[in-house]
Amino acid sequence: MIWSTETGAVERFGTFQLAGEAEGQALVFSQPLSFWGGIDAETGDIIDHSHPGLSQNVAGKILVMPSGRGSSSSSSVLAEAIRRGTAPAGILLERPDPILAVGAIVAEFLYDIRMPLVVCDIAGVASGDRIAVGLGADGRAIVSIGSLPD
Amino acid sequence: MALELTARDRSMLDGEQGPSAAAAMKILVAFSNAVGAGCLLDIAGAHIDGCLYHGKAGLDFVERLVEGGGRVQVPTTLNVGSFDLIHPGMVKMPAAEEVPARRLMKAHVELGCQATFTCAPYQTRFRPGFGEQIAWGESNAIVFANSVIGARTNRYGDFIDLCCAMTGRAPAWGLHLSENRRGRILFELAVPDPEPNDSLFVGVGLFIGQASGDRIPVIAGLPQPRDEDQLKALGAAAATTGAVALFHAVGITPEASTLYEAFQGYAAEETIRITRADIDHALAKLSSVPDGAPLAAVSLGTPHFSHDEWMRLLPMLRDVAPGRRIPIYVNTGRATLTRLQEEGALAGMEAFGLIPVADTCTYVTSILERLDGVVMTNSGKWAHYAPGNIGVSVAFADMKDCIRSAAVGHVVRGAP
Repeated sequence: MIWSTETGAVERFGTFQLAGEAEGQALVFSQPLSFWGGIDAETGDIIDHSHPGLSQNVAGKILVMPSGRGSSSSSSVLAEAIRRGTAPAGILLERPDPILAVGAIVAEFLYDIRMPLVVCDIAGVASGDRIAVGLGADGRAIVSIGSLPD
Repeated sequence: MALELTARDRSMLDGEQGPSAAAAMKILVAFSNAVGAGCLLDIAGAHIDGCLYHGKAGLDFVERLVEGGGRVQVPTTLNVGSFDLIHPGMVKMPAAEEVPARRLMKAHVELGCQATFTCAPYQTRFRPGFGEQIAWGESNAIVFANSVIGARTNRYGDFIDLCCAMTGRAPAWGLHLSENRRGRILFELAVPDPEPNDSLFVGVGLFIGQASGDRIPVIAGLPQPRDEDQLKALGAAAATTGAVALFHAVGITPEASTLYEAFQGYAAEETIRITRADIDHALAKLSSVPDGAPLAAVSLGTPHFSHDEWMRLLPMLRDVAPGRRIPIYVNTGRATLTRLQEEGALAGMEAFGLIPVADTCTYVTSILERLDGVVMTNSGKWAHYAPGNIGVSVAFADMKDCIRSAAVGHVVRGAP
Protein backbone atom coordinates (compact mmCIF):
# COMPACT_ATOMS: atom_id res chain seq x y z
CA MET A 1 0.00 0.00 0.00
CA ILE A 2 1.28 3.47 -0.85
CA TRP A 3 0.12 6.61 0.92
CA SER A 4 -0.12 9.56 -1.37
CA THR A 5 0.66 12.54 0.82
CA GLU A 6 -0.81 15.16 -1.46
CA THR A 7 -4.40 13.92 -1.53
CA GLY A 8 -4.60 11.66 1.50
CA ALA A 9 -5.65 8.84 -0.81
CA VAL A 10 -4.48 5.26 -0.43
CA GLU A 11 -3.14 3.52 -3.49
CA ARG A 12 -2.98 -0.18 -4.09
CA PHE A 13 -2.12 -2.33 -7.08
CA GLY A 14 -4.45 -4.73 -8.79
CA THR A 15 -4.70 -7.00 -11.83
CA PHE A 16 -6.91 -6.04 -14.74
CA GLN A 17 -9.41 -8.52 -16.13
CA LEU A 18 -10.30 -5.68 -18.46
CA ALA A 19 -8.01 -2.69 -18.54
CA GLY A 20 -9.32 0.85 -18.42
CA GLU A 21 -9.58 4.04 -16.39
CA ALA A 22 -12.50 5.07 -14.24
CA GLU A 23 -13.49 7.28 -11.36
CA GLY A 24 -16.49 7.18 -9.12
CA GLN A 25 -18.01 6.60 -5.73
CA ALA A 26 -17.57 3.18 -4.22
CA LEU A 27 -20.64 0.98 -3.78
CA VAL A 28 -19.42 -1.82 -1.54
CA PHE A 29 -21.13 -5.17 -0.90
CA SER A 30 -19.84 -8.03 1.21
CA GLN A 31 -22.34 -10.30 -0.57
CA PRO A 32 -21.75 -10.97 -4.29
CA LEU A 33 -24.40 -9.66 -6.67
CA SER A 34 -25.53 -11.54 -9.77
CA PHE A 35 -26.10 -9.21 -12.72
CA TRP A 36 -28.63 -11.65 -14.19
CA GLY A 37 -31.76 -11.37 -12.08
CA GLY A 38 -29.93 -8.86 -9.88
CA ILE A 39 -29.64 -5.72 -11.98
CA ASP A 40 -32.09 -4.11 -14.39
CA ALA A 41 -29.98 -3.29 -17.46
CA GLU A 42 -32.40 -0.52 -18.48
CA THR A 43 -31.86 1.48 -15.31
CA GLY A 44 -28.92 0.04 -13.36
CA ASP A 45 -31.21 -0.56 -10.37
CA ILE A 46 -30.50 -3.51 -8.12
CA ILE A 47 -33.60 -5.73 -8.29
CA ASP A 48 -32.49 -8.82 -6.37
CA HIS A 49 -34.84 -9.00 -3.39
CA SER A 50 -32.46 -11.24 -1.47
CA HIS A 51 -29.55 -8.76 -1.77
CA PRO A 52 -28.83 -6.00 0.77
CA GLY A 53 -28.29 -3.52 -2.07
CA LEU A 54 -31.90 -3.81 -3.27
CA SER A 55 -33.15 -0.61 -4.97
CA GLN A 56 -29.74 1.07 -4.98
CA ASN A 57 -28.34 1.97 -8.41
CA VAL A 58 -24.97 0.85 -9.83
CA ALA A 59 -24.75 3.27 -12.78
CA GLY A 60 -21.53 5.28 -12.70
CA LYS A 61 -20.42 3.79 -9.39
CA ILE A 62 -17.33 1.74 -8.68
CA LEU A 63 -18.90 -1.56 -7.66
CA VAL A 64 -16.82 -3.36 -5.04
CA MET A 65 -17.55 -6.96 -4.00
CA PRO A 66 -15.68 -10.17 -3.20
CA SER A 67 -16.66 -12.01 -6.39
CA GLY A 68 -19.26 -12.44 -9.09
CA ARG A 69 -22.11 -14.85 -8.66
CA GLY A 70 -24.61 -16.96 -10.50
CA SER A 71 -25.75 -17.64 -14.01
CA SER A 72 -23.59 -17.15 -17.10
CA SER A 73 -26.41 -14.95 -18.40
CA SER A 74 -24.81 -12.23 -16.27
CA SER A 75 -22.33 -11.70 -19.13
CA SER A 76 -25.16 -10.52 -21.39
CA VAL A 77 -26.72 -8.31 -18.75
CA LEU A 78 -23.38 -6.60 -18.02
CA ALA A 79 -22.65 -6.07 -21.73
CA GLU A 80 -26.16 -4.68 -22.25
CA ALA A 81 -25.82 -2.38 -19.23
CA ILE A 82 -22.47 -1.07 -20.50
CA ARG A 83 -24.06 -0.40 -23.90
CA ARG A 84 -26.94 1.53 -22.30
CA GLY A 85 -24.71 3.47 -19.92
CA THR A 86 -26.36 1.96 -16.84
CA ALA A 87 -23.36 -0.15 -15.80
CA PRO A 88 -20.92 0.68 -13.03
CA ALA A 89 -18.00 2.89 -14.11
CA GLY A 90 -15.73 0.09 -12.93
CA ILE A 91 -15.78 -3.06 -10.82
CA LEU A 92 -13.30 -4.15 -8.11
CA LEU A 93 -13.32 -7.82 -7.12
CA GLU A 94 -11.29 -9.83 -4.65
CA ARG A 95 -11.30 -12.90 -6.90
CA PRO A 96 -11.33 -13.05 -10.72
CA ASP A 97 -14.71 -13.72 -12.28
CA PRO A 98 -15.01 -15.33 -15.73
CA ILE A 99 -18.64 -14.31 -16.29
CA LEU A 100 -18.13 -10.58 -15.66
CA ALA A 101 -14.85 -10.66 -17.62
CA VAL A 102 -16.68 -11.96 -20.70
CA GLY A 103 -19.39 -9.28 -20.40
CA ALA A 104 -16.82 -6.49 -20.05
CA ILE A 105 -14.68 -7.69 -22.97
CA VAL A 106 -17.68 -8.16 -25.25
CA ALA A 107 -18.80 -4.60 -24.50
CA GLU A 108 -15.32 -3.26 -25.27
CA PHE A 109 -15.23 -5.25 -28.51
CA LEU A 110 -18.67 -4.09 -29.65
CA TYR A 111 -18.94 -0.53 -28.34
CA ASP A 112 -15.39 0.52 -27.55
CA ILE A 113 -16.39 1.26 -23.96
CA ARG A 114 -13.84 0.13 -21.39
CA MET A 115 -15.34 -0.59 -18.03
CA PRO A 116 -12.29 -1.59 -15.96
CA LEU A 117 -12.62 -4.88 -14.12
CA VAL A 118 -9.93 -5.14 -11.45
CA VAL A 119 -8.92 -7.89 -9.06
CA CYS A 120 -7.40 -6.37 -5.91
CA ASP A 121 -7.52 -6.23 -2.14
CA ILE A 122 -10.85 -4.64 -1.25
CA ALA A 123 -10.40 -4.62 2.52
CA GLY A 124 -11.18 -1.28 4.13
CA VAL A 125 -13.01 0.17 1.13
CA ALA A 126 -16.29 1.73 2.21
CA SER A 127 -19.34 2.83 0.26
CA GLY A 128 -19.01 6.49 -0.62
CA ASP A 129 -15.19 6.45 -0.90
CA ARG A 130 -13.82 8.20 -3.98
CA ILE A 131 -12.13 5.59 -6.15
CA ALA A 132 -9.94 6.15 -9.18
CA VAL A 133 -8.72 3.28 -11.33
CA GLY A 134 -5.64 4.05 -13.44
CA LEU A 135 -3.25 2.23 -15.73
CA GLY A 136 0.17 1.50 -14.24
CA ALA A 137 3.28 1.59 -16.40
CA ASP A 138 3.67 -2.19 -16.04
CA GLY A 139 0.08 -2.94 -17.11
CA ARG A 140 -1.06 -3.28 -13.53
CA ALA A 141 -4.09 -1.46 -12.20
CA ILE A 142 -3.54 1.41 -9.78
CA VAL A 143 -6.51 1.82 -7.50
CA SER A 144 -6.57 5.00 -5.48
CA ILE A 145 -8.99 5.18 -2.59
CA GLY A 146 -9.89 8.47 -1.01
CA SER A 147 -12.01 8.42 2.12
CA LEU A 148 -14.87 10.82 2.49
CA PRO A 149 -13.85 13.98 4.34
CA ASP A 150 -15.03 13.78 7.95
CA MET B 1 -1.05 -20.39 -13.29
CA ALA B 2 -0.06 -18.62 -16.50
CA LEU B 3 -2.06 -19.57 -19.57
CA GLU B 4 0.11 -21.19 -22.24
CA LEU B 5 -0.99 -20.67 -25.81
CA THR B 6 0.05 -22.68 -28.87
CA ALA B 7 1.39 -21.02 -32.04
CA ARG B 8 -2.03 -21.47 -33.62
CA ASP B 9 -3.79 -19.91 -30.61
CA ARG B 10 -1.40 -16.96 -30.90
CA SER B 11 -1.97 -16.58 -34.57
CA MET B 12 -5.71 -16.34 -33.94
CA LEU B 13 -5.17 -13.87 -31.12
CA ASP B 14 -2.92 -11.74 -33.33
CA GLY B 15 -5.60 -11.49 -36.00
CA GLU B 16 -3.87 -13.61 -38.62
CA GLN B 17 -7.07 -15.61 -39.03
CA GLY B 18 -9.38 -12.66 -39.27
CA PRO B 19 -10.97 -10.20 -36.87
CA SER B 20 -13.73 -12.56 -35.74
CA ALA B 21 -11.36 -15.35 -34.70
CA ALA B 22 -9.19 -12.73 -32.97
CA ALA B 23 -12.12 -11.37 -30.96
CA ALA B 24 -13.26 -14.88 -30.02
CA MET B 25 -9.75 -15.87 -28.93
CA LYS B 26 -9.30 -12.67 -26.93
CA ILE B 27 -12.49 -13.36 -24.97
CA LEU B 28 -11.57 -17.01 -24.54
CA VAL B 29 -8.12 -16.09 -23.20
CA ALA B 30 -9.58 -13.68 -20.63
CA PHE B 31 -12.12 -16.28 -19.54
CA SER B 32 -9.42 -18.97 -19.30
CA ASN B 33 -7.21 -16.69 -17.21
CA ALA B 34 -10.13 -15.96 -14.90
CA VAL B 35 -10.82 -19.66 -14.27
CA GLY B 36 -7.12 -20.42 -13.87
CA ALA B 37 -6.69 -22.77 -16.85
CA GLY B 38 -3.10 -23.67 -17.77
CA CYS B 39 -3.78 -24.11 -21.48
CA LEU B 40 -6.53 -24.57 -24.04
CA LEU B 41 -7.61 -27.90 -25.51
CA ASP B 42 -9.17 -28.93 -28.82
CA ILE B 43 -12.91 -29.52 -28.86
CA ALA B 44 -14.82 -31.89 -31.17
CA GLY B 45 -18.03 -29.88 -31.19
CA ALA B 46 -20.04 -27.07 -29.64
CA HIS B 47 -23.65 -26.32 -28.76
CA ILE B 48 -24.63 -22.66 -28.64
CA ASP B 49 -27.31 -21.33 -26.33
CA GLY B 50 -27.42 -17.90 -27.96
CA CYS B 51 -30.55 -17.88 -30.10
CA LEU B 52 -33.04 -16.54 -27.55
CA TYR B 53 -33.26 -12.79 -27.98
CA HIS B 54 -32.52 -11.03 -24.66
CA GLY B 55 -31.29 -7.64 -25.88
CA LYS B 56 -29.28 -5.79 -28.48
CA ALA B 57 -25.81 -6.69 -27.17
CA GLY B 58 -26.39 -10.40 -27.89
CA LEU B 59 -27.40 -9.72 -31.49
CA ASP B 60 -24.66 -7.09 -32.01
CA PHE B 61 -22.06 -9.65 -30.97
CA VAL B 62 -23.14 -12.27 -33.51
CA GLU B 63 -23.57 -9.63 -36.26
CA ARG B 64 -20.02 -8.41 -35.65
CA LEU B 65 -18.64 -11.93 -35.96
CA VAL B 66 -20.59 -12.37 -39.21
CA GLU B 67 -19.24 -9.06 -40.57
CA GLY B 68 -15.72 -10.16 -39.69
CA GLY B 69 -16.12 -13.22 -41.89
CA GLY B 70 -16.16 -15.57 -38.92
CA ARG B 71 -16.94 -19.29 -39.19
CA VAL B 72 -17.24 -21.90 -36.49
CA GLN B 73 -14.25 -24.27 -36.53
CA VAL B 74 -16.04 -27.40 -35.27
CA PRO B 75 -19.49 -28.96 -35.84
CA THR B 76 -21.79 -26.66 -33.90
CA THR B 77 -25.44 -27.11 -33.03
CA LEU B 78 -27.90 -24.39 -31.97
CA ASN B 79 -30.24 -24.32 -29.00
CA VAL B 80 -33.85 -23.15 -29.25
CA GLY B 81 -34.71 -19.68 -30.50
CA SER B 82 -37.67 -17.41 -29.76
CA PHE B 83 -39.39 -18.48 -32.96
CA ASP B 84 -40.81 -21.60 -34.59
CA LEU B 85 -39.44 -21.19 -38.12
CA ILE B 86 -41.13 -24.43 -39.23
CA HIS B 87 -44.63 -23.29 -38.23
CA PRO B 88 -44.96 -19.57 -39.04
CA GLY B 89 -47.78 -18.00 -37.05
CA MET B 90 -47.26 -20.35 -34.08
CA VAL B 91 -45.45 -17.69 -32.06
CA LYS B 92 -47.38 -14.48 -31.48
CA MET B 93 -44.93 -11.61 -31.29
CA PRO B 94 -45.02 -7.89 -32.19
CA ALA B 95 -43.10 -7.20 -35.43
CA ALA B 96 -40.59 -5.00 -33.59
CA GLU B 97 -39.55 -8.03 -31.52
CA GLU B 98 -39.92 -10.60 -34.26
CA VAL B 99 -37.37 -9.02 -36.62
CA PRO B 100 -34.34 -9.14 -34.29
CA ALA B 101 -35.43 -12.51 -32.85
CA ARG B 102 -35.50 -14.08 -36.30
CA ARG B 103 -32.28 -12.34 -37.32
CA LEU B 104 -30.46 -13.71 -34.26
CA MET B 105 -31.30 -17.27 -35.32
CA LYS B 106 -30.30 -16.65 -38.95
CA ALA B 107 -27.04 -14.87 -38.05
CA HIS B 108 -25.87 -17.93 -36.10
CA VAL B 109 -26.50 -20.07 -39.19
CA GLU B 110 -24.42 -17.61 -41.23
CA LEU B 111 -21.49 -18.37 -38.89
CA GLY B 112 -21.72 -22.00 -40.01
CA CYS B 113 -23.78 -23.33 -37.10
CA GLN B 114 -26.26 -26.11 -37.87
CA ALA B 115 -29.90 -25.00 -37.87
CA THR B 116 -30.89 -27.60 -35.26
CA PHE B 117 -32.65 -25.21 -32.85
CA THR B 118 -33.05 -27.90 -30.24
CA CYS B 119 -32.24 -28.22 -26.56
CA ALA B 120 -31.64 -31.97 -27.06
CA PRO B 121 -28.64 -31.92 -29.47
CA TYR B 122 -27.55 -35.21 -27.88
CA GLN B 123 -30.49 -36.88 -29.64
CA THR B 124 -29.53 -35.64 -33.10
CA ARG B 125 -26.86 -36.88 -35.51
CA PHE B 126 -24.46 -34.49 -33.76
CA ARG B 127 -24.48 -36.57 -30.57
CA PRO B 128 -20.94 -36.59 -29.12
CA GLY B 129 -19.09 -39.76 -28.13
CA PHE B 130 -17.73 -40.98 -24.80
CA GLY B 131 -14.71 -39.01 -23.62
CA GLU B 132 -15.01 -36.34 -26.34
CA GLN B 133 -14.14 -32.78 -25.35
CA ILE B 134 -16.97 -30.41 -26.25
CA ALA B 135 -18.09 -26.89 -25.32
CA TRP B 136 -21.83 -26.83 -24.69
CA GLY B 137 -24.37 -24.33 -23.46
CA GLU B 138 -27.91 -25.16 -22.19
CA SER B 139 -28.10 -26.74 -18.76
CA ASN B 140 -30.02 -29.91 -19.65
CA ALA B 141 -27.77 -30.63 -22.64
CA ILE B 142 -24.65 -30.13 -20.53
CA VAL B 143 -25.75 -32.53 -17.82
CA PHE B 144 -26.86 -35.16 -20.36
CA ALA B 145 -23.61 -34.97 -22.35
CA ASN B 146 -21.44 -35.28 -19.26
CA SER B 147 -23.50 -37.82 -17.32
CA VAL B 148 -25.31 -40.08 -19.77
CA ILE B 149 -22.78 -40.00 -22.64
CA GLY B 150 -19.54 -39.33 -20.77
CA ALA B 151 -18.54 -36.48 -23.10
CA ARG B 152 -16.77 -33.61 -21.35
CA THR B 153 -17.97 -30.05 -21.04
CA ASN B 154 -18.23 -27.33 -18.45
CA ARG B 155 -21.29 -25.14 -18.11
CA TYR B 156 -20.63 -22.68 -20.90
CA GLY B 157 -22.98 -19.80 -21.49
CA ASP B 158 -23.36 -16.37 -22.97
CA PHE B 159 -20.77 -15.54 -25.69
CA ILE B 160 -18.16 -18.01 -24.43
CA ASP B 161 -19.80 -21.09 -26.00
CA LEU B 162 -19.64 -19.31 -29.35
CA CYS B 163 -16.02 -18.20 -28.74
CA CYS B 164 -15.10 -21.87 -28.19
CA ALA B 165 -16.87 -22.82 -31.45
CA MET B 166 -15.17 -19.97 -33.39
CA THR B 167 -11.72 -21.08 -32.22
CA GLY B 168 -12.28 -24.84 -31.78
CA ARG B 169 -10.72 -24.50 -28.34
CA ALA B 170 -11.78 -24.54 -24.70
CA PRO B 171 -9.96 -23.86 -21.43
CA ALA B 172 -8.39 -27.02 -19.95
CA TRP B 173 -10.15 -26.84 -16.59
CA GLY B 174 -13.08 -28.21 -14.63
CA LEU B 175 -15.01 -31.12 -16.10
CA HIS B 176 -12.72 -31.38 -19.12
CA LEU B 177 -10.17 -33.00 -16.78
CA SER B 178 -10.64 -36.55 -15.41
CA GLU B 179 -9.73 -35.75 -11.83
CA ASN B 180 -12.46 -33.11 -11.57
CA ARG B 181 -15.18 -35.54 -12.64
CA ARG B 182 -15.22 -37.65 -9.49
CA GLY B 183 -18.28 -37.75 -7.29
CA ARG B 184 -18.31 -35.72 -4.07
CA ILE B 185 -21.68 -36.35 -2.47
CA LEU B 186 -23.58 -39.63 -2.26
CA PHE B 187 -27.35 -39.92 -2.54
CA GLU B 188 -28.79 -43.28 -1.49
CA LEU B 189 -32.25 -43.91 -2.85
CA ALA B 190 -33.97 -45.43 0.18
CA VAL B 191 -37.15 -46.48 -1.60
CA PRO B 192 -37.80 -50.23 -1.52
CA ASP B 193 -38.30 -51.77 -5.00
CA PRO B 194 -38.75 -48.42 -6.72
CA GLU B 195 -40.90 -48.46 -9.85
CA PRO B 196 -38.84 -46.97 -12.66
CA ASN B 197 -41.63 -44.57 -13.65
CA ASP B 198 -40.98 -41.13 -15.13
CA SER B 199 -41.93 -39.25 -11.96
CA LEU B 200 -39.32 -41.11 -9.91
CA PHE B 201 -36.54 -39.87 -12.17
CA VAL B 202 -37.88 -36.31 -12.16
CA GLY B 203 -38.25 -36.40 -8.36
CA VAL B 204 -34.71 -37.68 -7.81
CA GLY B 205 -33.40 -35.01 -10.20
CA LEU B 206 -35.23 -32.20 -8.37
CA PHE B 207 -33.93 -33.45 -5.03
CA ILE B 208 -30.25 -33.86 -5.95
CA GLY B 209 -30.26 -30.52 -7.78
CA GLN B 210 -31.29 -28.75 -4.63
CA ALA B 211 -29.00 -30.65 -2.26
CA SER B 212 -25.77 -30.91 -4.26
CA GLY B 213 -24.60 -27.29 -4.38
CA ASP B 214 -21.44 -27.30 -6.49
CA ARG B 215 -20.54 -30.90 -5.58
CA ILE B 216 -20.87 -33.68 -8.16
CA PRO B 217 -23.68 -36.02 -7.03
CA VAL B 218 -23.54 -39.82 -7.14
CA ILE B 219 -26.84 -41.69 -6.95
CA ALA B 220 -26.92 -45.26 -5.61
CA GLY B 221 -29.99 -47.48 -5.71
CA LEU B 222 -31.59 -45.91 -8.78
CA PRO B 223 -33.50 -48.59 -10.74
CA GLN B 224 -32.37 -49.28 -14.32
CA PRO B 225 -34.13 -46.68 -16.46
CA ARG B 226 -36.50 -47.79 -19.21
CA ASP B 227 -34.53 -45.65 -21.65
CA GLU B 228 -32.22 -42.64 -21.73
CA ASP B 229 -35.18 -40.27 -21.77
CA GLN B 230 -35.70 -40.97 -18.07
CA LEU B 231 -32.09 -39.93 -17.38
CA LYS B 232 -32.69 -36.90 -19.58
CA ALA B 233 -35.63 -35.94 -17.34
CA LEU B 234 -33.56 -36.52 -14.20
CA GLY B 235 -30.68 -34.36 -15.48
CA ALA B 236 -32.98 -31.57 -16.70
CA ALA B 237 -34.65 -31.46 -13.27
CA ALA B 238 -31.31 -31.45 -11.43
CA ALA B 239 -30.06 -28.61 -13.61
CA THR B 240 -33.28 -26.71 -12.87
CA THR B 241 -33.26 -26.77 -9.07
CA GLY B 242 -29.46 -26.59 -8.93
CA ALA B 243 -26.31 -26.13 -10.97
CA VAL B 244 -25.64 -29.80 -11.62
CA ALA B 245 -23.46 -30.28 -14.72
CA LEU B 246 -22.61 -33.94 -14.10
CA PHE B 247 -24.19 -36.74 -12.07
CA HIS B 248 -23.19 -40.35 -11.72
CA ALA B 249 -25.77 -43.12 -11.27
CA VAL B 250 -24.05 -46.25 -10.02
CA GLY B 251 -24.42 -49.18 -12.42
CA ILE B 252 -26.14 -46.95 -14.98
CA THR B 253 -24.00 -44.04 -16.24
CA PRO B 254 -20.70 -44.67 -18.06
CA GLU B 255 -18.25 -43.30 -15.50
CA ALA B 256 -19.92 -45.07 -12.57
CA SER B 257 -19.97 -48.82 -13.15
CA THR B 258 -19.22 -49.10 -9.42
CA LEU B 259 -19.41 -46.79 -6.43
CA TYR B 260 -15.60 -46.91 -6.30
CA GLU B 261 -15.31 -45.72 -9.91
CA ALA B 262 -17.89 -42.95 -9.38
CA PHE B 263 -15.82 -41.55 -6.51
CA GLN B 264 -12.50 -42.43 -8.19
CA GLY B 265 -11.53 -44.24 -5.01
CA TYR B 266 -12.17 -41.28 -2.69
CA ALA B 267 -14.72 -41.23 0.11
CA ALA B 268 -17.99 -39.34 -0.22
CA GLU B 269 -17.86 -35.99 1.56
CA GLU B 270 -21.46 -36.44 2.63
CA THR B 271 -24.17 -39.08 2.32
CA ILE B 272 -27.85 -38.19 2.02
CA ARG B 273 -30.76 -40.65 1.93
CA ILE B 274 -33.62 -39.94 -0.44
CA THR B 275 -36.92 -41.28 0.89
CA ARG B 276 -40.26 -41.69 -0.84
CA ALA B 277 -41.47 -38.67 1.15
CA ASP B 278 -38.57 -36.55 -0.21
CA ILE B 279 -39.55 -37.43 -3.76
CA ASP B 280 -43.25 -36.84 -3.17
CA HIS B 281 -42.45 -33.49 -1.56
CA ALA B 282 -40.21 -32.40 -4.47
CA LEU B 283 -42.88 -33.37 -7.00
CA ALA B 284 -45.71 -31.76 -5.04
CA LYS B 285 -43.91 -28.41 -5.20
CA LEU B 286 -44.25 -28.52 -9.01
CA SER B 287 -48.04 -28.32 -8.90
CA SER B 288 -49.86 -25.18 -7.82
CA VAL B 289 -53.38 -26.53 -8.35
CA PRO B 290 -55.36 -29.48 -6.93
CA ASP B 291 -56.79 -32.41 -8.86
CA GLY B 292 -59.98 -31.48 -10.62
CA ALA B 293 -58.80 -28.01 -11.69
CA PRO B 294 -60.01 -27.11 -15.20
CA LEU B 295 -57.30 -27.53 -17.83
CA ALA B 296 -56.28 -25.00 -20.53
CA ALA B 297 -53.53 -26.97 -22.24
CA VAL B 298 -50.97 -29.76 -21.99
CA SER B 299 -47.30 -29.12 -22.72
CA LEU B 300 -44.85 -31.97 -23.28
CA GLY B 301 -41.32 -32.06 -24.63
CA THR B 302 -39.11 -30.00 -22.28
CA PRO B 303 -36.39 -30.95 -23.08
CA HIS B 304 -37.39 -31.56 -26.70
CA PHE B 305 -39.18 -34.89 -27.30
CA SER B 306 -37.05 -37.66 -28.75
CA HIS B 307 -38.34 -40.04 -31.41
CA ASP B 308 -38.72 -42.69 -28.68
CA GLU B 309 -40.87 -40.36 -26.59
CA TRP B 310 -43.10 -39.72 -29.60
CA MET B 311 -43.42 -43.49 -30.06
CA ARG B 312 -44.75 -43.70 -26.48
CA LEU B 313 -47.07 -40.72 -26.89
CA LEU B 314 -48.73 -41.52 -30.22
CA PRO B 315 -50.27 -44.90 -29.24
CA MET B 316 -51.41 -43.28 -25.97
CA LEU B 317 -53.17 -40.52 -27.95
CA ARG B 318 -54.91 -43.07 -30.16
CA ASP B 319 -55.87 -45.11 -27.11
CA VAL B 320 -57.20 -42.28 -24.93
CA ALA B 321 -58.47 -40.24 -27.92
CA PRO B 322 -58.72 -36.92 -26.08
CA GLY B 323 -60.59 -34.96 -28.78
CA ARG B 324 -59.33 -31.54 -29.80
CA ARG B 325 -60.82 -29.41 -27.02
CA ILE B 326 -57.58 -29.13 -25.01
CA PRO B 327 -54.45 -28.38 -27.08
CA ILE B 328 -51.56 -30.78 -26.46
CA TYR B 329 -48.34 -28.95 -27.35
CA VAL B 330 -45.26 -31.10 -27.91
CA ASN B 331 -41.89 -29.38 -28.25
CA THR B 332 -39.43 -31.25 -30.43
CA GLY B 333 -36.43 -30.80 -32.70
CA ARG B 334 -37.05 -30.09 -36.38
CA ALA B 335 -35.05 -33.18 -37.39
CA THR B 336 -37.27 -35.41 -35.24
CA LEU B 337 -40.36 -33.74 -36.68
CA THR B 338 -39.14 -34.30 -40.25
CA ARG B 339 -38.52 -37.97 -39.50
CA LEU B 340 -42.02 -38.38 -38.03
CA GLN B 341 -43.56 -36.71 -41.07
CA GLU B 342 -41.60 -38.96 -43.41
CA GLU B 343 -42.86 -41.95 -41.46
CA GLY B 344 -46.44 -40.64 -41.68
CA ALA B 345 -46.61 -41.00 -37.89
CA LEU B 346 -48.45 -37.72 -37.30
CA ALA B 347 -51.25 -38.26 -39.84
CA GLY B 348 -54.64 -37.51 -38.27
CA MET B 349 -53.15 -36.69 -34.88
CA GLU B 350 -54.44 -33.11 -34.90
CA ALA B 351 -57.89 -34.59 -34.22
CA PHE B 352 -56.64 -35.41 -30.72
CA GLY B 353 -55.53 -31.84 -30.11
CA LEU B 354 -51.86 -32.48 -30.93
CA ILE B 355 -49.86 -29.37 -31.86
CA PRO B 356 -46.15 -30.06 -32.57
CA VAL B 357 -43.82 -27.13 -31.83
CA ALA B 358 -40.32 -27.01 -33.35
CA ASP B 359 -37.26 -24.74 -32.94
CA THR B 360 -38.46 -23.20 -29.68
CA CYS B 361 -40.28 -24.13 -26.50
CA THR B 362 -43.70 -23.26 -25.08
CA TYR B 363 -42.24 -21.69 -21.93
CA VAL B 364 -39.80 -19.23 -23.53
CA THR B 365 -42.09 -17.49 -26.00
CA SER B 366 -45.75 -16.68 -26.74
CA ILE B 367 -47.33 -19.83 -28.10
CA LEU B 368 -50.08 -20.88 -25.73
CA GLU B 369 -53.49 -19.50 -26.72
CA ARG B 370 -54.67 -19.24 -23.14
CA LEU B 371 -52.51 -18.22 -20.21
CA ASP B 372 -55.34 -17.89 -17.70
CA GLY B 373 -55.80 -21.59 -17.02
CA VAL B 374 -53.89 -24.57 -15.77
CA VAL B 375 -51.29 -26.21 -17.98
CA MET B 376 -50.35 -29.81 -17.34
CA THR B 377 -46.87 -31.14 -18.08
CA ASN B 378 -44.71 -34.19 -17.52
CA SER B 379 -41.60 -32.00 -17.36
CA GLY B 380 -40.04 -30.98 -14.05
CA LYS B 381 -38.18 -28.23 -15.85
CA TRP B 382 -41.26 -26.80 -17.55
CA ALA B 383 -43.23 -26.97 -14.31
CA HIS B 384 -40.49 -25.06 -12.51
CA TYR B 385 -39.94 -22.23 -15.01
CA ALA B 386 -43.29 -21.71 -16.78
CA PRO B 387 -45.13 -19.93 -13.92
CA GLY B 388 -42.36 -17.27 -13.77
CA ASN B 389 -41.75 -17.07 -17.53
CA ILE B 390 -45.28 -16.99 -18.94
CA GLY B 391 -47.49 -16.71 -15.86
CA VAL B 392 -49.43 -19.97 -16.03
CA SER B 393 -50.53 -22.30 -13.24
CA VAL B 394 -49.04 -25.77 -13.57
CA ALA B 395 -49.99 -29.33 -12.68
CA PHE B 396 -47.21 -31.90 -12.98
CA ALA B 397 -47.97 -35.56 -13.79
CA ASP B 398 -46.85 -38.54 -15.85
CA MET B 399 -47.54 -38.37 -19.58
CA LYS B 400 -50.48 -40.77 -19.36
CA ASP B 401 -52.21 -38.57 -16.77
CA CYS B 402 -51.61 -35.50 -18.91
CA ILE B 403 -53.37 -37.14 -21.86
CA ARG B 404 -56.23 -38.50 -19.73
CA SER B 405 -56.71 -35.06 -18.24
CA ALA B 406 -56.87 -33.53 -21.71
CA ALA B 407 -59.65 -36.00 -22.53
CA VAL B 408 -61.82 -35.00 -19.54
CA GLY B 409 -60.84 -31.31 -19.47
CA HIS B 410 -59.59 -31.18 -15.89
CA VAL B 411 -56.61 -32.40 -13.87
CA VAL B 412 -56.73 -36.13 -13.05
CA ARG B 413 -53.76 -37.98 -11.62
CA GLY B 414 -53.01 -41.54 -10.64
CA ALA B 415 -53.95 -43.25 -13.91
CA PRO B 416 -54.25 -47.02 -13.46
